[in-house]
Amino acid sequence: MRNISPKTVQKIAMTAVWAGGFITVAILLLIIIYVLFQGLPSISLDFLLTAPQGGLSGEGGISTVIVSTVYLIGVTLLILVPVGIGAAVYLAEYAPSNRFTGFIRYGIEVLAGVPSIIFGLFGFVLFVTALHLKFSILSGALTLVCLLLPTMIRTTEEAIKAVPRSYREGALALGCTRWQTIAKVVIPAAIPGIITSIILCTGRAIGETACLYVTMGGSAAMPTSLLSGGRTLSLHVFYLAMETRAMDKAMATATVLIIVIVVVNAFTNWLAHWFYVRMNRG
Amino acid sequence: MKIPHHLTDKFAKYTVLVCAASSVIILAAITVFIVLQGMPTFQKVGVFDFLFGTEWRPTYDKYGILAMIVGSTAVTIGALAQAIPLGIACAILLAEVAPNRIRSFLRPAVELLVGIPSVIYGLIGMVLIVPAVRHIGGSGFSILAACLVLTAMVLPTIISISEDSIRAVPHAYKEGALALGATRWQTISRVLLPSARSGIIASIVLGMGRAVGETMAMIMVIGNAIAFPKSPLDPARTLTGNIAVEINYATGTHESALFATGIVLLIFIIVLNTITTVVLRRGIQKHAEHLT
Repeated sequence: MRNISPKTVQKIAMTAVWAGGFITVAILLLIIIYVLFQGLPSISLDFLLTAPQGGLSGEGGISTVIVSTVYLIGVTLLILVPVGIGAAVYLAEYAPSNRFTGFIRYGIEVLAGVPSIIFGLFGFVLFVTALHLKFSILSGALTLVCLLLPTMIRTTEEAIKAVPRSYREGALALGCTRWQTIAKVVIPAAIPGIITSIILCTGRAIGETACLYVTMGGSAAMPTSLLSGGRTLSLHVFYLAMETRAMDKAMATATVLIIVIVVVNAFTNWLAHWFYVRMNRG
Repeated sequence: MKIPHHLTDKFAKYTVLVCAASSVIILAAITVFIVLQGMPTFQKVGVFDFLFGTEWRPTYDKYGILAMIVGSTAVTIGALAQAIPLGIACAILLAEVAPNRIRSFLRPAVELLVGIPSVIYGLIGMVLIVPAVRHIGGSGFSILAACLVLTAMVLPTIISISEDSIRAVPHAYKEGALALGATRWQTISRVLLPSARSGIIASIVLGMGRAVGETMAMIMVIGNAIAFPKSPLDPARTLTGNIAVEINYATGTHESALFATGIVLLIFIIVLNTITTVVLRRGIQKHAEHLT
C-alpha cells in the first residue's frame, strides 16, 4: 500500500465515490421507471372511477380507495394542523430555554423515531378497542395524527423562526400584545412555510401503511361515515400484492401513488424555495 | 362583550403550551398502553423464555420471539452493511466532489427516495428481487431479499444526514489541510470525515432505527415464516412483521404477546434514539470548542 502514490489513491477513491452516487440514482430510476412502465398502460379514467370488485384477479378500479384516502387525510389534517401550529408557536415564540422545554423537545424527537407499527398498536388498543371507534377511518386518522405530529411541529417551527425579528419588533412597537403579534403578524408571514409543512405531512400520510393496516380495517367499500372502515392507496397496493396477487392492478395503483408523491415533492420544494427567497429579501 | 387583551394573551399562551405538551403526552400514553397490554405476557411466559424461546406457536401457548429477533437483526445488519459504504460515498459526492449542476439533480433524487412509500419498495422487491433470489436457491422470499430492499430504504437517511455533517465541518479545517499540501482525497479522508464522525454515526443509528421499524415492505418480501432461519436464503419474520401479521385476529395471551413484542421494539428504538442525541450533542460541542 505504501508504494501507491496519493494521486492514484485519490483516483480510486473518487471513482468509488462517483459509483456510490451512480448506484443511488440507478436505484431511484429503476423503481420509478419500472413501476411507471408496468402500471401506466392499465391506468385510464375508468380505472380511477370504478370501484374495486374484490375478485381474485382484482377486477375494477380504485374509486372507493381514492375517496377513503382523501377522507382520511382530510380528517387527519383537520386535527393535526391546529395542534401542530400551536405547538410550533409555543416552541418558537414562548418556550424559555429550561429543562421543561428540553423535555418537550426530547419527547418530540423520540416520538419521531417510534416505528409506525407501534403507533398502530397504540391506535388499536386506544381508538379501536378502548374508545369503541372500531376499525375505521376515524381510528386511522387519530393514529396518523400522533404519527405525524413531530414532523408537523418541527417543520412549522422552522417556518415560524424564519420570519425576521424586525416583523415582531415592529408589531410590538406599535403596541400590539404578544398574542396579537403572533396571530396577526408572525403567523400570516409564515403561511407559505406552514403550507409547505402541511403538504409534507400529506405526502407522508399518503405513503404510510403499517399504522393504518392495524387500525383502518381495510374495507374496499365506499366509506359512508367516519366510522366506516377503509383503505388508502398504499394499503390497496399491499392488499392487491399480498392477498389477491393481482400484480398488474397493484402496479397501476402504485403508479398513481408515485405520480402523487412526485408532484407533492416537487410542489413542496418549489414552495419552500419561494418562501426562503421571500423571507431573506426583506 | 369584548374580552380584554391580557386575558386572550394568557389564554393563548396556555393553549399553545398544551399543544406543545401533546407530543410528550402521546409518547407517555403509547408507553403506558403498550406496557400495560404486554406485561401479562412477561409475567405468564417469563422475560427470559419470551426473549430467548425459539418457538412461536400461539395455539400451543408457546411465545418465544428469538427467531424474530434474529430475523430483525439479520435484515438490519445486512442492509446497513450495504447502505453504509454506499451512503457515505454518496454523501461525500454531494458535499465535496460533485459540481453544483449534478448536485442539484442528485439531492432531489435522494429526497424522492425518502418519499417513496414502503409498499412500493415491497412491490418492487416482490416482482424483481424475490425472483432474482429464487435463482440462487429457495423460494426467493428470504432474508437476503429483505436486506436488498431495506438497503434502498435506509440509504437516503444515511446520505442526507452524513452530507449535512460533512458540510458542517468548519471551512478552516479543509483550507488548512489543502494548504499543507494534502490532496483532495487526503483532505476528505483524514480531515473532513473524522471531523464529521459524530454526524455520520448519528446517520447510521437513525438508519438502523428505520431498518428495525420497517414493517410492510418486510412482510412483502421476507416470507413471514415462524421457523428459525438457518441461511440468508431462508424465509424469516421480523419483530414488526410479527405484530402486523397477527394483531387483527389475536386474542388473550396471544394479543398480549404481540404487545410485548412491541415493548421490545420500543426499548430498542428509545436506546437508539438516546445514543443519537448524545453522539450528536458531543459532536456539536467539539466543533464549538475548536472554533473558540
